[in-house]
Amino acid sequence: MSESLLEIRDLKMHFPMKQGVFQRTKNEVKAVNGVSFTVNKGETLGIVGESGCGKSTLARTIVGLLKPTSGDILFEGESILQYNAKEFHRLRRNIQMVYQDPFTSLNPRMRAGDIISAPLKAYNQTDNLKNRVLELMDLVGLKAEDYHKLPHQFSGGQRQRIGIARALALNPKLIILDEPVSALDVSVQAQVINLLEDLQEELGLTYLFIAHDLSVIRHISDKVGVMYLGKMMELSESESLYKNARHPYTNALLSAIPIPSSAREKKRERIVLTGELPSPSEPPSGCVFHTRCPFATEFCKGNVPAFDVDEDNSPGHYVSCFYPMDNKREEFARQ
Amino acid sequence: MLRKKRNLIPFLFLILLFLATITASWWLPVSPSFMDSSLRLMAPSSEHWFGTDHFGRDIFGQTIIAARVSLLVGFTVALLSTILGTVTGLIAGYYKKLDSIIMRIIDGMLAFPSLLLALALVAALGGSITNIIIALTFSFWPVMTRVVRSSVLQVKNIQYVEAAKTSGVKDPVILSRYILPNVLSPIIVQGTFIFAKSILAEAALSFLGVGVEPSIPTWGNMLQEAQIYMTMAPWFSIFPGIFIVITVLALNILGDGLRDAFDPYAKGKKKAKRRPFKRKEQIAS
Amino acid sequence: MLEVKNLKAHIDTADGVVKAVDGVSFTIKPGETVGIVGESGSGKSVLAHSIMQLNPKPPTFYPEGEILFEGKNLLQLKEKELQNIRGNEIAMVYQDPMSSLNPVFKIGDQLMEAILTHQHMPKSKAKMRAIELLTDVGIPDPEKRLNAYPHQFSGGMRQRVLIAIALACNPKILIADEPTTALDVTIQAQILELMKSIQDKYGTAIVLISHDLGVIAQMAEKVLVMYSGRIVEKGSVEDIFYHTSMPYTWSLLRSLPQIDAESRHRLFNIEGQPPNLIHPPNGCNFHPRCPFATEQCKMVDPELTKRSANHYAACLLSEVEFKEGKKRIENAEKEGGLKHV
Repeated sequence: MSESLLEIRDLKMHFPMKQGVFQRTKNEVKAVNGVSFTVNKGETLGIVGESGCGKSTLARTIVGLLKPTSGDILFEGESILQYNAKEFHRLRRNIQMVYQDPFTSLNPRMRAGDIISAPLKAYNQTDNLKNRVLELMDLVGLKAEDYHKLPHQFSGGQRQRIGIARALALNPKLIILDEPVSALDVSVQAQVINLLEDLQEELGLTYLFIAHDLSVIRHISDKVGVMYLGKMMELSESESLYKNARHPYTNALLSAIPIPSSAREKKRERIVLTGELPSPSEPPSGCVFHTRCPFATEFCKGNVPAFDVDEDNSPGHYVSCFYPMDNKREEFARQ
Repeated sequence: MLRKKRNLIPFLFLILLFLATITASWWLPVSPSFMDSSLRLMAPSSEHWFGTDHFGRDIFGQTIIAARVSLLVGFTVALLSTILGTVTGLIAGYYKKLDSIIMRIIDGMLAFPSLLLALALVAALGGSITNIIIALTFSFWPVMTRVVRSSVLQVKNIQYVEAAKTSGVKDPVILSRYILPNVLSPIIVQGTFIFAKSILAEAALSFLGVGVEPSIPTWGNMLQEAQIYMTMAPWFSIFPGIFIVITVLALNILGDGLRDAFDPYAKGKKKAKRRPFKRKEQIAS
Repeated sequence: MLEVKNLKAHIDTADGVVKAVDGVSFTIKPGETVGIVGESGSGKSVLAHSIMQLNPKPPTFYPEGEILFEGKNLLQLKEKELQNIRGNEIAMVYQDPMSSLNPVFKIGDQLMEAILTHQHMPKSKAKMRAIELLTDVGIPDPEKRLNAYPHQFSGGMRQRVLIAIALACNPKILIADEPTTALDVTIQAQILELMKSIQDKYGTAIVLISHDLGVIAQMAEKVLVMYSGRIVEKGSVEDIFYHTSMPYTWSLLRSLPQIDAESRHRLFNIEGQPPNLIHPPNGCNFHPRCPFATEQCKMVDPELTKRSANHYAACLLSEVEFKEGKKRIENAEKEGGLKHV
């Protein structure tokens, strides 16, 4: 295996909910509640989950916008949480981010060229600035004459290209993509996905790709992690996860996605989950998924399943469930 | 923005007033301070367009000259309170820890009605143009701080600020390049309103007799002197009054025009095309 | 039951006239599900709002066309007559369940108001009907929930309430404008399931507007594909997904990542951006982005022509030319872009 670039160890990010005149902490929103994974150099890890599962909080914690409650983040083997401000500034150039909404992630009063050069200026790399910016614009498929245009003069897809060029400006090693295509039109979505794939190949980038769309995640990721209520439910090589999903939640998600093909759509069997997402401030006891799980037992209510791997049958396929969905389910159920 | 007639007329008026008042000594046929007791309280005529006052001075000339002080006080107060208010507002809005300290002070100042605060300050400092400017700035900048702070609170949560932080951009640059330009329109609009308000406030203070010393002609001083001649010589109070109204109105219209002009989307074609599509959410079945 | 004939809905803006809907014809039969698919700006929402006459006039105006509902032309009805049809005969469900409910009224009051607007009955009876409707849309504990406010409901629950409001008067047609776009996939599955079961129970015709070809494939029997204000292809789901006859539909299908794909190949790139609706391109609206476009496409504006029984497409290419073009692109992809995992 190739070497690891980013390692997350039991990361927790809890937000205190303050109430009343004296701002007493009443409760905590456990947005990320014990997540561990590794991203290797040059690969793409996809993180998928519904809204409120903590995937965006996870991204913002990794780029250092939030200070985690506990756990550790290792970048190239070094824990970045102990860094002082100066070291952190130096690290930041290696971890860049692309945002979901191409309309709010660009300063409406800065021209495209200035937006892309902002990170270079922040790191005093101002030699040949304009040429470097034009090079980046060319790389993401923008024309040189777009340099002086304002964001509102671009379409959504082109704006997202500006956002990508900005993230690339400092030659980062890791790019965190937070729902980069979900705000785009269907016909433009493919353009941006293809661009991201080309850039990865050309520049040897590592991606942490966060999305709610399982089809997009499958298309772009080497490894996929499924999150639910701040916890990782399942993590494995993409192929193994999609062909042989072991967690009931992953299976439900997969079966809930409508396929753009009417014949296959009609043949499919669905696991329609009942109920709603519980609040992350009061997560259910035991396995957090038990309130909506069609296979939950009394045991699931009281015990927290470990995030475990069955090395004999499915190596590298981590799952956090007492009754993973494979042939052993019946055995467990009988016991 | 000035292409619109609605904005052009008040703009031209203010420019004209400004030019007229600074060059007044060259073109006014009669010196406004020239007294002629035989011409006391004359009605408007071709020689004295606005009539004469109780010392026989030309009211037209007096009104034009008086604009000097009014515009000077208004502009300086607007500029000073904009600078002070913007700096404190940016800091209070961006840094959470300083917010509560700054805002408690501001709240304390806002608890007094601004004119009353100015009145008390002038009474304590003594009436002079400088003191009036100080007093009015003191009573108007807390409003500006509030306006700027609330805009900053909105803007700093927009994603491009977060994106700038992740790109390693430092706080001073974020404040000046990412936040300030995007809160500029409420600042400028509020600034013009403060301009208008301080002209009114200066006039009010002078009218109450605590403003600029009575020897200097200002609209407020003129009104104060005209008070007792209200029924005998109404033109004495009407013309300075009209000038106050028109100037304040012009500034307010200009402020509104600036607000429209500063919307970065208003000029963009995209938005105009989108608007009809967007409206659908507002219609309920 | 509903027939739209050559409908044009144009919008007057500062920059010119936007031809949001430009000559659209189709019919809806009782109890069927018609899917309208298209990207943002393709005119699908304006079309849906035209049926309900909910586009603000001005700036919207209808230079041509008819919307016949049970023989009456909706474009010529007075506001009062329209109100009798809106909500009563044709009802609508919106995309955003967060802003479509009034936050200061209780769910029960909003539901009862919808019932009492069109039906005369005592309040107690309306309340019974409200409880029945909430049960129909799968809201547990409906009697208690009547007294809840919208903010106490999650997104999926609110969408259920909106569907209940839409169903209040047993409409003949339910227009659902992106009803699941704002929802999570597992909740989307619940809502789609609910819409199907309601159709089975009441025989309501559903017009489902979506940008998601997957949702359309799952729900619709008949599909209209819209591009820049026109219908470019219409037919049964099978026609659209398996006998695609229009390059736009074909490209769109190929550009989607598929969850059950066998191998990971490069997504098909549709070049460019959707056209400007104020100055649409000459000839076929899709020609600047079409991988098969010929010189002729730049000049001639194609009409919808019959391809098979109920299948129409607007494209100048003959079946053979289209087939050859597809083969050419598929071969090129096989040589260059196929990326196996």
